[in-house]
Amino acid sequence: MPDLETVWREEWGRLLALLLAQTRRLDLAEDALADAFEAAARRWPIDGPPESPAAWLVTVARRRIVDRQRAEAIAARKMPLIAVEEQQRESTVSDDGHDLLRLVLLAAHPALAPEAGAALTLRLVLGVATADIARLFLVSEPTMAARLTRARKKVVAAGVPFAIPEPEVLASRLDTVALVAYLAFTAGYAPGSGPDVVRIDLAGEAIRLVELVRTNDVAAERNPALVGLHALMVLQHSRRFARTSADGSLVLLDDQDRRLWRFDEIDRALHLMTPLIGRSSTLSAVAQSFLLQAMIAAVHATAPTAADTDWVRIAALYAELEALTGSPVVRLNRAVAVAQAQGPAVGLGILDGLDDELGGSHRLPAVRAELLARAGRSEEALTAYSLAIERCDNAPERAALLKRVQAFGSCHVDPGSGPIPVDVASATQFPGS
Amino acid sequence: MTKYLVIIAHSPNGWTDASPEQRQRWHQNHIDFHRVVGEHLLAGEALAGVDTATTLRHGDAGWAMTDGPYAESSEVIGGFYLLEADHLDQVTTWCELLPDCYALEIRPCVTVDGLDG
Repeated sequence: MPDLETVWREEWGRLLALLLAQTRRLDLAEDALADAFEAAARRWPIDGPPESPAAWLVTVARRRIVDRQRAEAIAARKMPLIAVEEQQRESTVSDDGHDLLRLVLLAAHPALAPEAGAALTLRLVLGVATADIARLFLVSEPTMAARLTRARKKVVAAGVPFAIPEPEVLASRLDTVALVAYLAFTAGYAPGSGPDVVRIDLAGEAIRLVELVRTNDVAAERNPALVGLHALMVLQHSRRFARTSADGSLVLLDDQDRRLWRFDEIDRALHLMTPLIGRSSTLSAVAQSFLLQAMIAAVHATAPTAADTDWVRIAALYAELEALTGSPVVRLNRAVAVAQAQGPAVGLGILDGLDDELGGSHRLPAVRAELLARAGRSEEALTAYSLAIERCDNAPERAALLKRVQAFGSCHVDPGSGPIPVDVASATQFPGS
Repeated sequence: MTKYLVIIAHSPNGWTDASPEQRQRWHQNHIDFHRVVGEHLLAGEALAGVDTATTLRHGDAGWAMTDGPYAESSEVIGGFYLLEADHLDQVTTWCELLPDCYALEIRPCVTVDGLDG
């Protein structure tokens, strides 16, 4: 018997897209598909599994939609929608992958706020339950339910199209899809607060999203932003088993057991990104940003030991990324790389002026503390450490900072072992073309 | 088809400070917009300056009339278009023809039951 959960994971987005293509009613299609899965959970164990689970689910969901439409029509004192029923009985499960791309473009439309788009994409395309999305984004379930409801309402009221735009517009829309997936991935890899260092589930869902989109459409498969992002995600994710120790505490890049890295995944990512390297001038800003980050991750991933890391190369890549994005977070990372290549004093100089832009973050004082300690300025280092600990909301990171203060004297810096957190402001800075 | 109101906001001195060539280009933008949107364009007006505006606001003591626009903003509403389209992307595509000095707010119109002619 087919495992219903597997069918859900693999088919949800495609089936929803199909139902939406037929009805154009997001509310009806989503509810009906959820009902159909519920019916399957009750019936399949008794009746035996159907030959084609997808076709079974679509048939049940369609029947629900027709019931609802008929009820609505009666409520509105209009003729029952017999014609709709007849027409829907005709159509069968199609293999047109474009339905799925339409659904992705709907959920990640630029008219939606990026966080709302990320949540709606997880819900509509991957079928992730609202409670799980809430957990992944560290908000309460009612908050997430309200956010999803607002996003759906905007989609319906504003008339966000269920359509694939012209090729030149499609490229920029796919860039938005990539940013939305990146936002979900970043929420998994750089949680601002909470007990986990890495929320592998969410990062995994974001990778699944990009894979699903790329395997379903030729334009998406070749879209440089999606390809660059795919490589970046796989490279970051390949270190997942080495990033935390058995007790759940954070393991910095230098200290990671490289035997735990997934080298098959690293190879796959390098293979993915190779065709893009050297084509920078033809890429959109979003695509360039993902490619540069993937290239940085690749330098780390291919260094045999931490000591062999090519910091000069990494610092140069960060300089390029900073010129492109103007992001203060990128500058912070560049300071770390430059400190590794040229010494802590040079790195500290690059931190000057960042306090205005990164005032509330614990990462700036944490990096400053490490560089001050290495420059032998112990007293200032301790002050910076206290500030970092005070500001840090993530339990494992906080523990790592405390440990660092205790083991003062053997300091080193975590050199960009995670993706660069993207906030809404910097996400919208990209011109999108 | 959904009706959309496109609200045009621009800097108050944008037109007066512009060169004649600039203004000519912006006029042409509007002409192109009209041509492309065609019969989907239901209405559109340019508005007189904000110094001619009157604001009505309802307070504790009933309606109060004040001089001037309600927006405390460096940009002002300069005009609007009312048009109908199948979806948002069609509207944004058309609006990209308008002068690039504008900020445009696009709002779908809703039908209020009982108010239809």
